[in-house]
Amino acid sequence: MSAVLEAARIPTTLPPESETKVSLGRVLKSEWIKFRSLRSTYWTLAAGIVLTVGFGALLCWAMLDHFSQLHAEERASFNPTDHSLRGYYLAQMAIGVLGVLMFTGEYSTGMIRATVSAVPRRLPVLWAKAIVFGVATWVVGTLSALAAFFIGQAIFSSKHIGASFGDPGVPRAVFGLGLYLTAIGLIAVGLGALLRNTAAGIASLFGLLLVLPLLVESLPSSWQSNISPYLPGNAGGALFTLHGDPGQLSPWVGFGVLCIYVAAALIGGAAVLRRRDA
Amino acid sequence: MIEAVGLTKRYGPKTAVEDLSFTVRPGIVTGFLGPNGAGKSTTMRMLLGLDAPTEGHATVNGRRYADHPAPLREVGAMLEARAVHTGRSAWNHLAALAATHGLPMRRVDEVVDLVGLHEVARKRAGAFSLGMGQRLGIASALLGDPATVILDEPVNGLDPEGILWIRNLMKSLAAEGRTVLVSSHLMSEMALTAEHLIVVGRGRLIADTSVAEFTSRASVGQAVRVRTPDSVRLGELLRDLPGVLATPDEERADVLDVTGADSEQIGHLAARNQLVLFELTPHQASLEEAFMELTKDAVEYQTGTAARTADQRVKETAA
Ligand SMILES: Nc1ncnc2c1ncn2[C@@H]1O[C@H](COP(=O)(O)OP(=O)(O)O)[C@@H](O)[C@H]1O
Ligand SMILES: [Mg+2]
Repeated sequence: MSAVLEAARIPTTLPPESETKVSLGRVLKSEWIKFRSLRSTYWTLAAGIVLTVGFGALLCWAMLDHFSQLHAEERASFNPTDHSLRGYYLAQMAIGVLGVLMFTGEYSTGMIRATVSAVPRRLPVLWAKAIVFGVATWVVGTLSALAAFFIGQAIFSSKHIGASFGDPGVPRAVFGLGLYLTAIGLIAVGLGALLRNTAAGIASLFGLLLVLPLLVESLPSSWQSNISPYLPGNAGGALFTLHGDPGQLSPWVGFGVLCIYVAAALIGGAAVLRRRDA
Repeated sequence: MIEAVGLTKRYGPKTAVEDLSFTVRPGIVTGFLGPNGAGKSTTMRMLLGLDAPTEGHATVNGRRYADHPAPLREVGAMLEARAVHTGRSAWNHLAALAATHGLPMRRVDEVVDLVGLHEVARKRAGAFSLGMGQRLGIASALLGDPATVILDEPVNGLDPEGILWIRNLMKSLAAEGRTVLVSSHLMSEMALTAEHLIVVGRGRLIADTSVAEFTSRASVGQAVRVRTPDSVRLGELLRDLPGVLATPDEERADVLDVTGADSEQIGHLAARNQLVLFELTPHQASLEEAFMELTKDAVEYQTGTAARTADQRVKETAA
């Protein structure tokens, strides 16, 4: 007890207050500490890698197995690069869950109150979370995409149906997948800040990526062809799909449309973070 | 120094805090006292800019909290609800907060030692006991060596040793010249630690006074202990009288603690209604009773009791 009282009186060794102002750089460091000090970060990123690489390899094996039984038109629509990257479909869910948790994990535990007390202007927290999470998923997503591509082509090479990295469009597709996963993750971060609830955030992200395309499919076909290419999954898919739907947007236009979704989610999240009681 | 000016907070139709103004001075412990639901936590969240006031404003050390370039250096707070991610270790939690201000990491070790969490600092905060959680909250509050410290019900759920530790800590923080605002719903707790009191009830200011003045005012009042097998009925009759507060004893259902009526009035009332009394003992009102007396109009559940009594009266008249 007395030790406690004495300790409280010890003159602290802190720098002068003018040298300890909150800045975006410092909030970035804080968010990086938070990001790397949660087990869920490693679990979900590992899931993202396993799903992209492992699931991709599995699909390639399956294709290799019955390639000889494919019809001519099925063979014509087969693209070895696209096929090797197909694990993204599940990987984006893992990345999305982690993105949603960036904010909702703080709301559900009450941590947000500590965060917002330390950074009462609040918005730097959103930008810092987006940057930390964006860079981490970009690195992980790009490495996974590269691994998935090369492992997939190694599998295909036994029947000489693989692509090589120098083929037209291949680098764009492989690196494009890293960008796509980053963008989906950032949409998830924005949704988490906007909805402040894990279940609501994950449900709305899955709705956007999985349910909305099904709904659009049930529309009359003239509507469908006008709406479908602009859905986030299809617009972003244009960047990393070499042999896609005829109606799909051109790669960078598609990615630009996806970036509009990212901006909308982050701006919506920023408005809620700034205005609502923490 | 904390200044609240006309603070008001509404959540939809519910007014949690209404036109609350007060000043908290440095160098002493100021108690923020009020029954549960009085609006203490809401007020503290407004001081920290966590909740935006519906009306009014608050400043800490001369500025709105959010306008401080290094807020943790000005104000350290421990809120009622935990504000820690359960999956992160105590050390990493403090490190993340320290990083926002560029505080050196040795400061994290300093506050961890200060609150005695050294052994468990690398463990997940989610596995902490209530007492350890409170200590982590205090460590976060002291991280920036702030001139103002705000603690919301810090002794809640603590063991006697922890309570003593927090009392001493608050006193030593005030002795160092800091501004210390600490909330409680227990008058007895405040009498032990605070020098000044801000008393609230139903979101409004009831008293802004020194503890000494509050206690001397309180001990003027007389209370009467009444033991009767008809305690429920007598309690209702007493509460119908203006200015009378009759609270059932916490331990014995047949005992009422009455303020606002003397033993003669109570005896007459019992006789008129043919109620048996076993005991009728006048005594000096305790601090807790004084506090109840002062806040009785402001305690929410009393409205419920009053309504019920009125309701029963109607039924009795009808019968
Ligand atoms: N976020 C909220 N939404 C709605 N009502 C609230 C909210 N926070 C507090 N209240 C209400 O405001 C009143 C004051 O609550 P609070 O500040 O927690 O009181 P205290 O801390 O004095 O016990 C209570 O009636 C409570 O139910
Ligand atoms: Mg409270």
